[in-house]
Amino acid sequence: MSLPWETVIGLEVHVQLKTRTKLFCGCANKYGADPNTLVCPICLGLPGVLPVLNRQAFALAVRAGVALGCEVANVTKFDRKNYYYPDLPKGYQISQYDRPVNRKGRLEISMPAANKNIGITRVHLEEDAGKLIHPDTEGSSGVSFVDLNRAGVPLVEIVSEPDMRSPDEAHAYLAALKEILQYVDISDCDMEKGSLRCDANVSIRRPGDDKLGVKTEIKNLNSFKSVAKALAYEAARHASIIEGGGKVQQVTLTWDAIAEKTVVLRSKEEAHDYRYFPEPDLVHIQADAAFVERIRQALPEKPAARRDRYVKELGLPAYDAGVLTGDKELAALFDKLRGEGLAPKVASNWVMKHVLAAMNEKKIAATTFTDKTRRIAELAKKVEAKQITGQTGAEIFAWILGTPETASVDEHILKQGLAQVSDAGALEAIVRDVIAKNPKVVADYKSGKPSAVQALVGQVMRETKGKANASVAKDLLVKALEC
Amino acid sequence: MTRHLYPLFSLRMDITRPLVEKVALLARLEIPPADADRVAAQLGRIVTMVETLNKLDTKGVEPLSNPTGLVDAFRSDEPRPSLSRDEALANAPDKVEMFLRVPRVVE
Ligand SMILES: [Zn+2]
Repeated sequence: MSLPWETVIGLEVHVQLKTRTKLFCGCANKYGADPNTLVCPICLGLPGVLPVLNRQAFALAVRAGVALGCEVANVTKFDRKNYYYPDLPKGYQISQYDRPVNRKGRLEISMPAANKNIGITRVHLEEDAGKLIHPDTEGSSGVSFVDLNRAGVPLVEIVSEPDMRSPDEAHAYLAALKEILQYVDISDCDMEKGSLRCDANVSIRRPGDDKLGVKTEIKNLNSFKSVAKALAYEAARHASIIEGGGKVQQVTLTWDAIAEKTVVLRSKEEAHDYRYFPEPDLVHIQADAAFVERIRQALPEKPAARRDRYVKELGLPAYDAGVLTGDKELAALFDKLRGEGLAPKVASNWVMKHVLAAMNEKKIAATTFTDKTRRIAELAKKVEAKQITGQTGAEIFAWILGTPETASVDEHILKQGLAQVSDAGALEAIVRDVIAKNPKVVADYKSGKPSAVQALVGQVMRETKGKANASVAKDLLVKALEC
Repeated sequence: MTRHLYPLFSLRMDITRPLVEKVALLARLEIPPADADRVAAQLGRIVTMVETLNKLDTKGVEPLSNPTGLVDAFRSDEPRPSLSRDEALANAPDKVEMFLRVPRVVE
């Protein structure tokens, strides 16, 4: 390897907004419906129709901008981006050109060495295109099928600054972006369903150079893995061209995930000329300060901030805080349990241990537990107060899962005889019996192996079906063995 | 906001034959080669006429993209019925089962 190269990466991410309807018409915004059943004269681009902006889509675009620390424009407007493609019925896409909803934001990514801020150039609102299907059945090699259900679905396009310096940083940026957009509930961000799509710009230069190298653009990266792989491939391709004395050509590429290489789509000469001009069918939008402030106030706390707060204010270990805030619903469950009067560490332990185990085992979501927090908290308090043992607690937790919130924990404990036995009188007979039945263990203990008593405690637990208070049992055993 | 963001509309330009060919391609219009020079000359005269507007002093006048002066026209996020598929595809030049059918394009 000769001199080192610095990779410079910027990403353009398209995210479908979680609205009920499309951006400019009342057709449902729904994935997976029968082809060409969610279309109307507006999203089909029939003559004589007029678009009207979906208020919720606009609010979500502002929310995305606020979540990414952007400046929200006082006045924003729409423009036509003109090009012909079979998935674009009108012959233009309604997008935003010079007055996007949001500009100048940032997103923090955490890398092994240090956290880093990636600049966000703009976040603008636009409509999605339809979907093309390229059938491979016999006789259909020369045709494509068009499904226009997706045409007109609201998107935000999030354009980053060229601030990333490695495929790993690009991967971390995408992960952080997805996390925050899901957290503020503006999108599912499901790459498999295409609700998050990514284009990448990449160039290389010598470390310390101010000037950017010639960039290439990779379109339609459809998984996190493809993004990292395609960028690594492309940066290496640039390096080998320049090191071989050549020049990188400014081209648009696509990633062939099977061959694991980039393929040229079009050259600079063939680049689209979109001839943007103001959309005359839509009026300007004024996002007044009060509207933006309302959205800011209603914004859920960002994962990173919540994680910090859990550590600093609630005293949770960083690991617990990370797991809890990694899933918004899990964090909400934790907060709800604290609201039921559990100490932070106790609430965290129950979520980290029992809730996560049940979620993994039964493949259920954290929300399954939302209406069971009163009883889970009641149970946790009983275990804390040593009214029942940890083992019995786990069994009752499973019982809570399978019963309605109206079923009483107290009654269940009473009926099943699950209360912890801490009363020395009730345990003494069992202790005497266990000592009589295990002469070998007793001999071990007496010959100087104090740890042997644990085996006897285990026997007492078995005899009481886990209900004995282990430390009371141990004290009684030691007392009996010493005399 | 500057007016130069929309170059096609704001810059004085000569309408040449290559420009006509480029615009025709972008608009997916077929102009017979024999007609291209004539079209270029005609378009040139039209653009020159429109450029008369440049004589107007617009210093301090905000560009206007919508003549109504209205702002903030929204609709609520309430679903409305879509067309049936038969209606939606009724005008399609070519279709197959549930889809519109077009010559293959892969990008
Ligand atoms: Zn529609």
